[in-house]
Amino acid sequence: MKNKKSKTEKTGNISRRGFLKGAGIAAAGTVIVGSGILISKPHSHEKDEKFVPGTISINMKVNGKIREMNIEPRTTLADALRSELHLTGTKVGCNRGACSACTVWIDGIPTLSCMTLAVEVGDREVTTIEGLAKDDRLHPVQEAFIEHDATQCGFCTPGMIMTAAHLLARNPSPTEDDVKKATSGNFCRCGTHPKVFAATLDAAHKA
Amino acid sequence: MKTKRIKLPHGIPGYNLGEIEREVPSTEPPALAVNDKLKVIGKRIKRTDALAKVNGSAVFTADVHLPGMLYGRMLRSDIPHARIKSIDVSAAREYPGVFAVHIFDRRYEGANPKKNSSDSEFPDVIYAGQPIAGVAAVNPDVAQEAVSLIKVEYEPMDFVVTMDEARKPGAPLVYQTDVDQEASDGGEEIEEGLKSKGNVRGPSTKSFYGGPRGDLEKGFAEADVIVERTYRTQVQTHCPLETHGVVVDYNHGNVTIYASTQSTKNTRNEFARTFDLPKSRVRVISEFIGGGFGAKHTLGSFGVMAGYLSKKSGRPVKIMLDRKEDHISAGNRPNSLQIIKVGAKKDGTLTALKQLSYGTAGIGLGAGVGNIAQAMYACPNFKTEQYDVFTNTGPGAAFRAPGNVQGAFALEQLIDELAERLDMDPLKLRDKIDRSVIRKVEREHGTKILNWQKPKKPGSDPGPVKKGIGVAQAHWPRFVNLDSSVEVRVMRDGAVEVRSAVQDIGTGTKTTLAQVVAEELGLRAEDVTVLIGDTLFPIGPSSGGSVVTGSITPPARNAAYKIKTKLTDIAAEELNTDANNILLENGYFMLTDEPSKKISFKELAAKMRVEQITATASRSDDYGGFMLGTIGFEELGSVQFAEVSVDTETGFVKVDKVLAVHSCGRPINIAQIESQINGGVIMGIAYALYEDRVMDKNTGHQMNANLDQYKMPFSFEIPDIQIELIEEYGAISSTDATGIGEPANIATAAAVANAVYNAIGVRITEIPITPARILAALNKEKKVNNE
Ligand code: FES
Ligand code: FES
Repeated sequence: MKNKKSKTEKTGNISRRGFLKGAGIAAAGTVIVGSGILISKPHSHEKDEKFVPGTISINMKVNGKIREMNIEPRTTLADALRSELHLTGTKVGCNRGACSACTVWIDGIPTLSCMTLAVEVGDREVTTIEGLAKDDRLHPVQEAFIEHDATQCGFCTPGMIMTAAHLLARNPSPTEDDVKKATSGNFCRCGTHPKVFAATLDAAHKA
Repeated sequence: MKTKRIKLPHGIPGYNLGEIEREVPSTEPPALAVNDKLKVIGKRIKRTDALAKVNGSAVFTADVHLPGMLYGRMLRSDIPHARIKSIDVSAAREYPGVFAVHIFDRRYEGANPKKNSSDSEFPDVIYAGQPIAGVAAVNPDVAQEAVSLIKVEYEPMDFVVTMDEARKPGAPLVYQTDVDQEASDGGEEIEEGLKSKGNVRGPSTKSFYGGPRGDLEKGFAEADVIVERTYRTQVQTHCPLETHGVVVDYNHGNVTIYASTQSTKNTRNEFARTFDLPKSRVRVISEFIGGGFGAKHTLGSFGVMAGYLSKKSGRPVKIMLDRKEDHISAGNRPNSLQIIKVGAKKDGTLTALKQLSYGTAGIGLGAGVGNIAQAMYACPNFKTEQYDVFTNTGPGAAFRAPGNVQGAFALEQLIDELAERLDMDPLKLRDKIDRSVIRKVEREHGTKILNWQKPKKPGSDPGPVKKGIGVAQAHWPRFVNLDSSVEVRVMRDGAVEVRSAVQDIGTGTKTTLAQVVAEELGLRAEDVTVLIGDTLFPIGPSSGGSVVTGSITPPARNAAYKIKTKLTDIAAEELNTDANNILLENGYFMLTDEPSKKISFKELAAKMRVEQITATASRSDDYGGFMLGTIGFEELGSVQFAEVSVDTETGFVKVDKVLAVHSCGRPINIAQIESQINGGVIMGIAYALYEDRVMDKNTGHQMNANLDQYKMPFSFEIPDIQIELIEEYGAISSTDATGIGEPANIATAAAVANAVYNAIGVRITEIPITPARILAALNKEKKVNNE
């Protein structure tokens, strides 16, 4: 399997340890407060070496690019995207398949990334909210969400948009009931639903 | 203080709009015209941060990643009540990837016992989920594994998790002594110094507006009709989609904290106090916050833990609660048992209103519900007795209109029942007993829109699915937080920047500030950059109690006005005229009498003597003063109507439509106000029909600490929501705007319950109104009728 091929020169403990070692200084360098008293002791933590022997290196196609990451077999796709690739647009609201905040597309199909292991993705392509706009042009659903004020706190928004955009991809002229059905797993505590429905229908008209 | 007199718009357009003269500090800007005459305020302006929210670039606390950052997890007791004999963290400390371990020496949540009853060096555990110790490690999984290696020797004690059990004599005691607790900025009321008997503390007979009034006995004796009922409401958890969390970079006492908080100010102050640091050494940043609803007003025990772990490890430490932790430990709306009794004359005039309530905020205080009954209706004889009941469950927290949501559920059904007993239209009865002008206008609007007629006979629809309509009202005080300051800067390239520590938890505060400043400076909202959610900037209010808009927009306008004054002077020089002959509009300074003579904002800025001019303003007292403390005159009143269908065979209730008629003073951003009202209504429906924290009596654990078994509304549960917004000018500040968060959530559950009654003819006195409760109520009714 080509994308699970191990790349020993960069795996697991070595790169992670190097990263952490440098980090002590980098952290002190982030001081913004106060008079800038920078008394930083670079850390040397011997126990890093024993750390996480089980990481593996995989390649994953994300938003059109092949990305390489070091993960554990238990790492979810959501965590891999967020922690390894720093694609934090994908949110985790429940981490057990109940809120759809973590919705991404795998080969164009909306998928809960918190319920998917990163290693399961294989050679399929992942699209996240960061990859939805094409050549800096927002997807019509993104435009419509702005236009209709379909975000409040915005934490459910990426998941909502990935769901709604997929609906329009398979059904260019949905009814309100279709929109409700598509988003019926997306939890929003702020109560954006009425505007999410309106925005999605409007995006369908304009697309 | 030097003052001047200005004339301000006052009243409701289309109803009683006029002008009123007020004496105001001489530094205040001139009166702002009504919205009709404005260009940016009162319009549907797109959120200034919407792009970041739709393209995934918005960085929430959950998304913060700092170099070298560690992840913290906490060991939480799974025993609800215990003394801790010993804690052994050696294995956790040695675990590969672990950088720091910390054990709490006291509890950082709930009420504070005056003296520790335990002789243990560790605080007693008093609820299942109480954090005991924490670990910082290279990733959350490693931290969790290390946490599982911590050995705690408990001496378990009897516990109690339901309010009814806790009230019984001889119930296990949560606290051995009297306790007190500081109220948060969320608007819950906690009376100081009250005594406890067993687990029951109180009564508090006070509410925001004072104590009892009149003579209850006399009042009931004068009544022609008396109605009394017992109501119960459940515990509701906040469930912000972004859980509680922080990243703390202790950095030798020059602390930076990223927090998912409703109060950068409180987070900073509490951290400084806990770690004995000057406030100036603690910086709190909250750019995007994934909801709060009242639960995110404090630093939280996780914030303290992250602080210690960061201090010990010398690295930034992130602790995000998982969904279960958020449910069990991060706040909830206390439940309530309310016995409420009203007496009235035949014409509806109220003669007496008595309320007795019990509620449990778990190990915390703040379960009072008396404010709305005290404030909403004219009744000369009134008394409330409110008791807090301690249980071994997670601490309550302010929750979107604390107390008033529970209180409205009982009061507004009681008034509905009274109307029926008096054979009056429930709106007519309210016309008689409600002095509020704004609610009168709102009732009129609702009546017109719905073509309202006196509700049909309850339960009279043929067939198994019965439709019903109900109405309920809301009251919320106009709180102002004087710790509200804003800085406005103009740079030589014409860029305008607004700075304040106030945070935007999804309500749209950033955009509101941009609009107010843009309006004053004759610009567009998008010309103004808003930098908020950072304690480096002037202090801002907590986002709670519907306090933000009314507190922070006046200083924003006042600071912008100061800038405008300075720029106008330069313009006068440039245009060879007098400063009071200058008008600033559509991006140009121009002569009032000769608008073709003008200079653009940008060109003028280029002529500033220095690169940047800046002005800061703080919230002044309300024009005309406050009614009480910092509570303004008038109120945030609203009326909501609900239409429901009830399937009497399955017990299933569907809300078909809600008409929400609201006012929030001068509306600043119509779209954002609508969004918040939608949110309040949906949350109210969820409270009425679905949400319920279920505790297991045997283990003391919450059974549904997730988002699947804790029932929430999803797309198909969302009714058609119609919003009617009434402009109302109170001449209270330089913007005359107020918030909308709490009022949006107060009346909904009661309106739904009244509609359910109208549909089936049986009153449901306990929420959530589940199919089981509907069927049980219908069966009971049948039995009674058959007898
Ligand atoms: S985080 Fe994946 S469904 Fe909630
Ligand atoms: S916008 Fe806040 S959860 Fe949906």
